[in-house]
Amino acid sequence: MQPEGHVQEHFANIDVQRQAARLGMWAFLGTEILLFAGLFAAYAEYRALFHEAFVLGARHLDARLATVETAVLITGSFAVVMAHHYAKTSKAGMTCLSLVVAAATGLAFLMLHGIEYWHHFEEGALPGKYYSFPEIQTAGASMFFTLYFLMTGLHSLHVMAGVGVLAWLAWRASMGAFSHGNYNVVEMGGLYWHLVDLIWIFLFPLLYLV
Amino acid sequence: MNELLRNVLFLPEQASTFARKVDSLHYFVIITTMIASTVVGLTALAFFVRFRRRSETQVTPLLNPPWWLEAMFVLVPLGFFLAWFARGYSDFVELKTPPKDSMDVYVQAKQWMWKFSYPDGPNAIGVLRVPANRPVRLMMTSRDVIHSFFVPSFRVKQDVVPGRYTETWFEAIEPGRYQILCAEYCGTNHSLMRGEVIVLRPEEFDSWLADQRRGRALQQDGAPTTDEDVASVADLVRQGEKIAVQQGCLKCHSVDGSPHIGPTWLDLYLRREQLEGGGTVVADEGYLTESMMDPRAKIVRGFNPVMPTFKGKLAGPEVAAIVEYVKSLRSVPVEQARSRRPVYEPIRRR
Amino acid sequence: MSPSEGVDIAFPAHHYLNEGTTVRSWLLTRDHKRIGVMFLVAVILALLLGGTFALLLRFEHLTPGPTYVSAVTYNRLFTLHGVIMVWFFLIPAIPSVFGNFFIPIMIGAKDVAFPRLNLASLYIYMFGAALTTWAMIHGGADTGWTFYTPYSTTTTTTVAPMLLGIFILGFSTIVTGINFIVTIHTMRGPGLSWMRLPLFVWAIYGTSIIQVLATPVLGLVMLLVGVEHLFGFGLFDPARGGDPILFQHLFWFYSHPAVYIMILPAMGVISETVAAAARKNVFGYRAVAYSSLGIAFVGFFTWGHHMFVAGQGTFDAGAFGVLSMFVGIFTAIKVFTWVGTLYRGAIRFTTPFAYICGFLFFLVFGGMTGIAVATVSLDVHWHDTYFVVAHFHFIMVGAAMMGFLAALHYWFPKMFGRTYHEGWGLVSATLIILGFNATFIPQFLLGNMGMPRRYYDYPARFQSLHVASTAGSTLLFFGFMIIFIYLALALKYGRAAGRNPWGSRGFEWETPSPPPLHNFEKLPVFTHGPHEYQGTAEVPHAA
Repeated sequence: MQPEGHVQEHFANIDVQRQAARLGMWAFLGTEILLFAGLFAAYAEYRALFHEAFVLGARHLDARLATVETAVLITGSFAVVMAHHYAKTSKAGMTCLSLVVAAATGLAFLMLHGIEYWHHFEEGALPGKYYSFPEIQTAGASMFFTLYFLMTGLHSLHVMAGVGVLAWLAWRASMGAFSHGNYNVVEMGGLYWHLVDLIWIFLFPLLYLV
Repeated sequence: MNELLRNVLFLPEQASTFARKVDSLHYFVIITTMIASTVVGLTALAFFVRFRRRSETQVTPLLNPPWWLEAMFVLVPLGFFLAWFARGYSDFVELKTPPKDSMDVYVQAKQWMWKFSYPDGPNAIGVLRVPANRPVRLMMTSRDVIHSFFVPSFRVKQDVVPGRYTETWFEAIEPGRYQILCAEYCGTNHSLMRGEVIVLRPEEFDSWLADQRRGRALQQDGAPTTDEDVASVADLVRQGEKIAVQQGCLKCHSVDGSPHIGPTWLDLYLRREQLEGGGTVVADEGYLTESMMDPRAKIVRGFNPVMPTFKGKLAGPEVAAIVEYVKSLRSVPVEQARSRRPVYEPIRRR
Repeated sequence: MSPSEGVDIAFPAHHYLNEGTTVRSWLLTRDHKRIGVMFLVAVILALLLGGTFALLLRFEHLTPGPTYVSAVTYNRLFTLHGVIMVWFFLIPAIPSVFGNFFIPIMIGAKDVAFPRLNLASLYIYMFGAALTTWAMIHGGADTGWTFYTPYSTTTTTTVAPMLLGIFILGFSTIVTGINFIVTIHTMRGPGLSWMRLPLFVWAIYGTSIIQVLATPVLGLVMLLVGVEHLFGFGLFDPARGGDPILFQHLFWFYSHPAVYIMILPAMGVISETVAAAARKNVFGYRAVAYSSLGIAFVGFFTWGHHMFVAGQGTFDAGAFGVLSMFVGIFTAIKVFTWVGTLYRGAIRFTTPFAYICGFLFFLVFGGMTGIAVATVSLDVHWHDTYFVVAHFHFIMVGAAMMGFLAALHYWFPKMFGRTYHEGWGLVSATLIILGFNATFIPQFLLGNMGMPRRYYDYPARFQSLHVASTAGSTLLFFGFMIIFIYLALALKYGRAAGRNPWGSRGFEWETPSPPPLHNFEKLPVFTHGPHEYQGTAEVPHAA
């Protein structure tokens, strides 16, 4: 395709266009943080109210599996950084490969997380009125699992969206769309993936470790 | 002066110790508001008149305010706002701090009625009797959704929330009847969820309370009487009987134990019924109410699902009256037990 | 105000309206001006629908008992009135119409930063509106626009589709906000520093920050209520340890800044129109610019003043109360500035100026009754009564709506190149201002008497004030109908307006009316501020 990025008509030049894309992306990431913030606030309140149930619940979750999931996501973030580097240095093949790896880590995360969900489904540790896990019956136990499912569920939806974005970028990279003069989109997609990773870095200790 | 302003502003009577305090701040704030907005509006119009455009080529001066003028227009309003806040907040803290010697009353709100009960004492629906000149603390919870206990004449309001207790207090200064309104939207009959505070002279209150404890609990308080044209039947049970006849309940439900189209009401209250499709239910107030609102939800085994719904046909107090009537239909007379203080565990607050 | 008599003003031959006339050229446009016009049509439809519901409510209140609808219908009507007016009219009205149309022109840009996203925001709005309409046709929710739990999670009315419609609409708001923030930061023309920006741009900038930061929380809370309603698991069910008050915190965390989304753009409009009406510089430009940011920032910390009697502790009430006092100061700064701008000006009394006068009175009265309810002890009596209803209608209708109408009348000549009948403009402005007072002042008194909100049936003693309020609402109705008629007629038969019929120094008046497709014949260079009149005699004249 073009060696230089295509400047859209309403922008004065390519730098303004890039700056605009960057600022827009950061503003969008801000909205995602605010979206999750409400759930973190709810977590804080219910943890204070039902301390015992939350400690028991956290201990019951599979922290080892979650650690693997964390490692997987961080690997994906690293792959995305590499993709950015390769795009900037015009290495189309490696860009595509890095993005594919990153997308694959996303899929791996979702599969591992799905295994977690399946375990909970089998033992009855389900949200709200479906909660029937006999081992933990202290006040607020169902609330812990409701929050667990809501927070990780919303996060997983964002991981799915991220996988889609990375797959699309990988396809564009394979068509040779990115180069030294045109890698901004890879950077933007990478930023989104980093945010998805960052949210998990907060979820992980709060739900599984403390 | 107080009376004049109170009438001009359409405020209700000041029937509690809190009301007069609140109103005095109210006058200050509202009068300043009216003056300020009128002054601003009139100034704009006056400036228009004085500084009309006289020609198409008129030139205007470049003016910017000196810092002290700007500061004045920030600090003077801020001064007023903070002064009002200081007084308002201190009054609010007082409202949230019931005096130590308050008389307690437990309030339970449910769609769409108010239930009051006194520790070691009687219960009442829709009517709260209190003595004058004595602080009364209300400890309130809801059975279903959020309601709000509001007595305009006392300037008192507190949301009533399910799953926790909220409290408020007041001290009535004048015997009389004051309306209770629900002030948090709670569904279809939110606007009918009314009640009445009857403030009695202290000696009258004491004698009423003693009467109640002597076991004449069957004569419970009926629907509120301020400002409404309601049947003058004070006895909720007799009122329930009237409504049951009017609404045609007795066409299907007998009151003497004989089998008929629907289950008999004799000894129905707290009876464990077998349901169509398995399972049982205890016929408590909840079930009786549900049967009237959604009769197909739980059908007693052996009966057909032919009962129509009374949702929208019966108001909250009427439903309560019918429930009380059903409760009163006992083949073996039960000695009225003393009602016990409700036991609750305070939810740990943050 | 009208251009010099006897001079025949040429209507531009090519402009954004006739550059491409197929339906496709409109539906797939990337032109911010066309998108603004389409939003105008959309919000006017929303206004008509929400206003119809308002009239139905008012007519039900002519008698204490049932008048002509049932309780359930009434409860649905006030819910729909609130949902439509807040989300489908007030929030997008000024930003998505006039912001879209004028921000690029005011900063010397050819379009917004993300034109395709801009078009997407229109379609997202329509999708959200379609879902909400669908919910409406199937009865509609009866929870009030505030959706308090546990009622909203347990009622059997069509809550979930309505929540989804609002959730989707939230994306439209966020996209618009991001677009404006990026546009204003990155696409200002040469010479246009921040301190030379038109005050309308500052106001939209502040609004966009709120839109971007607050709306996600609304999205989350709507999602949570929907999930609890549909699937039975959620965070607000008391039977499972949930806290209904948590809902209120999350809801108001968005909804209080939301009211600043509604009023801040109107304040920006007033800044523009006051300077133009008085042909004078704004009296304290910096103070107004910074106060827009002040409102955006402090407004995020005051949400608890909706919850003074909800069961919070006294510390919360105190903190939120005192912060609410501070947020009022920013408005006081603006009011002082606008009145000061009129001092020693050269004022012409036009339709926009009539709306400015109404705006000033209603903003001060409504705003100070806001301070009054923030005075915690007073709110105990007023909370959830008609006093609060009157307070927020004073701001949302009295002030924000006047701002919208001022914008419409001020910018109509620029957007469509034609003038409307000034006499009828003044007549309808008078009707609206009088009708507004007649509708809502009785409601303050109703609130004082203790009349609660959302009451279908009310005690008989409240009737005379209700009848007075309903009578006022019919005046409002006529005022609006007249506006729609003469504006519609002006679209076809209005006289050509020329480039600058008001003689304003605003940047948007440097380009022809209606503007060409790419906004300018020649990209402007900014050598003066937008409200600087000193030493100039900008005479209204043709292109």
